[in-house]
Amino acid sequence: MTQQTTTERTATSRSGTARAAIPRAGTPWTGTARLVRHALRRDRVLLPVWVAGIAALSAVVVASEVAMYATEAERASGAAFGAANIFSRIMDGPASGTSLGAISMVEALQKLAIFVALMSAQAVVRHTRQDEETGRAELIGSCVVGRQARLTAALSVAVAASVAVGAAVTVLLLANGLPLAGSVATGLALAGMGACFAGVAGVAAQVSTTQRGANGLAGAALGVAFLLRAIGDAFGTVAPSGVELVSAWPSWLSPLGWGQQMRVFQQDNWEVLWLYGGLFVALVAVAYRLASRRDLGAGLIADRPGPASASRRLLSPGGLALRLQRTPLVAWGFALLVTGVSFGSVGESMQDFADENPQFAEMLMRVAPGASIGELYFALIFGFIAVGASGYTIQALLRMRAEEASARLEPILSTSVGRAEWLASHGAIAAGGTVAILAGSGIAAAISNGVASGDWGAGWGVISAALVQVPAVLALGAFAFAAFACAPRWAGAIAWASLAASFVIGQFGDLLKLPQAVLNLSPFTHVPAVPAEDLAVTPIAVLLAVTLALASLGVWAFRRRDLAIPA
Amino acid sequence: MTEAITTRGLVKRYGTTLALDGVDLAVTTGEIHGFLGPNGAGKSTTVRILLGLLRGDAGEARLLGGDPWRDAVELHRRLAYVPGDVNLWPSLTGGEAIDLLASLRGGLNRARREEMLERFQLDPTKRCSSYSKGNRQKVAIVAAFSSDVELYLLDEPTSGLDPLMEKVFQDVVRERVGQGRTALLSSHILAEAEALCDRVSIIRQGRIVETGTLDEMRHLTRTWIHSHTTRPVTGLDSMPGVYDVVPDAEGVTFEVDGDRLDAALRHLTTFGVLTLTSTPPTLEDLFLRHYGDELAVLGGNGGAR
Repeated sequence: MTQQTTTERTATSRSGTARAAIPRAGTPWTGTARLVRHALRRDRVLLPVWVAGIAALSAVVVASEVAMYATEAERASGAAFGAANIFSRIMDGPASGTSLGAISMVEALQKLAIFVALMSAQAVVRHTRQDEETGRAELIGSCVVGRQARLTAALSVAVAASVAVGAAVTVLLLANGLPLAGSVATGLALAGMGACFAGVAGVAAQVSTTQRGANGLAGAALGVAFLLRAIGDAFGTVAPSGVELVSAWPSWLSPLGWGQQMRVFQQDNWEVLWLYGGLFVALVAVAYRLASRRDLGAGLIADRPGPASASRRLLSPGGLALRLQRTPLVAWGFALLVTGVSFGSVGESMQDFADENPQFAEMLMRVAPGASIGELYFALIFGFIAVGASGYTIQALLRMRAEEASARLEPILSTSVGRAEWLASHGAIAAGGTVAILAGSGIAAAISNGVASGDWGAGWGVISAALVQVPAVLALGAFAFAAFACAPRWAGAIAWASLAASFVIGQFGDLLKLPQAVLNLSPFTHVPAVPAEDLAVTPIAVLLAVTLALASLGVWAFRRRDLAIPA
Repeated sequence: MTEAITTRGLVKRYGTTLALDGVDLAVTTGEIHGFLGPNGAGKSTTVRILLGLLRGDAGEARLLGGDPWRDAVELHRRLAYVPGDVNLWPSLTGGEAIDLLASLRGGLNRARREEMLERFQLDPTKRCSSYSKGNRQKVAIVAAFSSDVELYLLDEPTSGLDPLMEKVFQDVVRERVGQGRTALLSSHILAEAEALCDRVSIIRQGRIVETGTLDEMRHLTRTWIHSHTTRPVTGLDSMPGVYDVVPDAEGVTFEVDGDRLDAALRHLTTFGVLTLTSTPPTLEDLFLRHYGDELAVLGGNGGAR
């Protein structure tokens, strides 16, 4: 706060003759409104797309649930299944009764909340740390703008976008004929989640000196929130009604858990909203305090001197690519390892579970009649994990576009490194990393399954369930790579949209009764359900051929085109 | 004499914008060649085509006897490039970035690297994210001059350097270039080009409008003359190539075209010259000659002197 006083004093003493032009002393928030307008203009496409996309997802889920559960009896059995099924508990959260709204939101609320959190956190980082990293903040800071104005504007925009998501979802739920109270509660829970992660990002943007780092911290916070909730729900107890899960205490430590503990369309626990409000206020207070204590551009993690000369391992295109790609690879590898362990450990209980729940058994059996439940479980679960893993593949490949757009590729290609060689260095890490994290996840699942069940014979089947997904992930990656080579400025949008499309097709394709031609667009549609099925060679060969064709197209196009760099 | 760089009729379009409109550039082996023009004239586009980062739409470019697009990798072993806006990897230190760039080029001279770090006073242990613009620029310069190459492509290399460092840069370029080594120095800092360059090419709106040694160019431009004479000077106004004649009590001030200087001075001496001050045209004058009309449009004090 002392700095702020000094600033004001300097401003006053300097103003002297200009005092008439500046009628009142500025506050730390001077200029916020203008910055909000500026931020909204910058985000005039991005944020509406986020809001519309999240709202559309909520509508899709409700529609698919309506299609799936025609009667109260079906919903009751579905809820009972969800309450008892450890897999549903970990992935979706606690079952909360049998109303259509409640069943829909068990399926959807957490996914929507994760998307709102990402939207909100990225918006805050974009308007705070990104501006500092690029030097734009300096330009703005030299204008008549208070010390807290940029942070406040960023938080305002993110909270406003979160509220917009909440309102849009509320309207769509009402339009689907769901009750008013639950619809409003759902909207408020999403707005609260967005506000809290605006706060998280506000703090992260003070701590880290880079946009990438700040987004990484916010993403890690989201991961912790998911883990806490998953643990709390995994150790929960089924209520006497049988259609509701009472979560254990760790769920109450997670903002993701709070939304579900509101039990929308069942109890509508409004008082949970205080938790969101309290956390938001606390995080914003911390962010303001940190912002007022640090210099522009600086972080809280101090810069230590590094090596004066490079180690041998860095001095090649591959060495540089590995250095740049190391952190995401380790982070994704760790995340998939943990995922593998958790899903592997419950594999054994699936058979017991299926015996008690014929409906669950029937659902699995549809995929590959006659196979064992355990095998089907691992085939399905790695179908999910593979879509997540392709997030890594795309992130790693888009690093190439980031290098190009930031003009760091220019000096590299001005040395004796050829274009194909440079592509190979990043491509090899993306492809090798994909294989490694999927294999690691499969091995982790095989080991934890072996430890839990004592049956080590199934191990290879579990690992093969992971590895059979590799060609599909690589095909999606090759598509992203071709987009980078052919349409560099659109590469990010195309790549993430293709992942989102694969996710929606995989999750909701059957429920929405999408035509087979549409389902076939996703590479994951074609993966055989190994180990429940035999390994079908044809689809694997086709996926590998598509991968090879797209990758060759990409290399060919990139070697022919101009570097897309700002002039 | 051989040519290190030759372009003929080089054309580059960005969509509907014509960035290069037939660039003819010739850089002789062993010279420091100034490549002058304001922002947006096409300097960086030309350099990037010479590096094979962009592909020309028409015309021809040769670099060290090769095709800059087709033979990029081979040619890049023999050249070093310093961009005007250096972006580095935030997580690497300056020292790591220097080693990386020089090694990828094909060779790092350790002793020279240490010498350059010393002369440019760059701390190699700092992370690139904490470097100022000038220090990022130094990283690229140190990396470029730590390898043994035949050709330096320097695209506004000193932007962001302080005057002391600019001096060091000029010394280094003078020491390194010559003896068969060549430099193309793109710049809009005329003093720098004037101090370093053997020949210059002036580019304007994607075309080379003037090429030659500074002496040759001076010949084409007016010299400013002030003289005290015993008798009032008459008749200068009517001489061809003489401009802005201002007689005063003790003498006269005027400007004269390079090729009319001899005649004007012969005329002047008939009035009894007591003192004579002549100021040769600076590069800035040469430059303004080609950009005067633009300045005039901008409301500046344009026009050649």
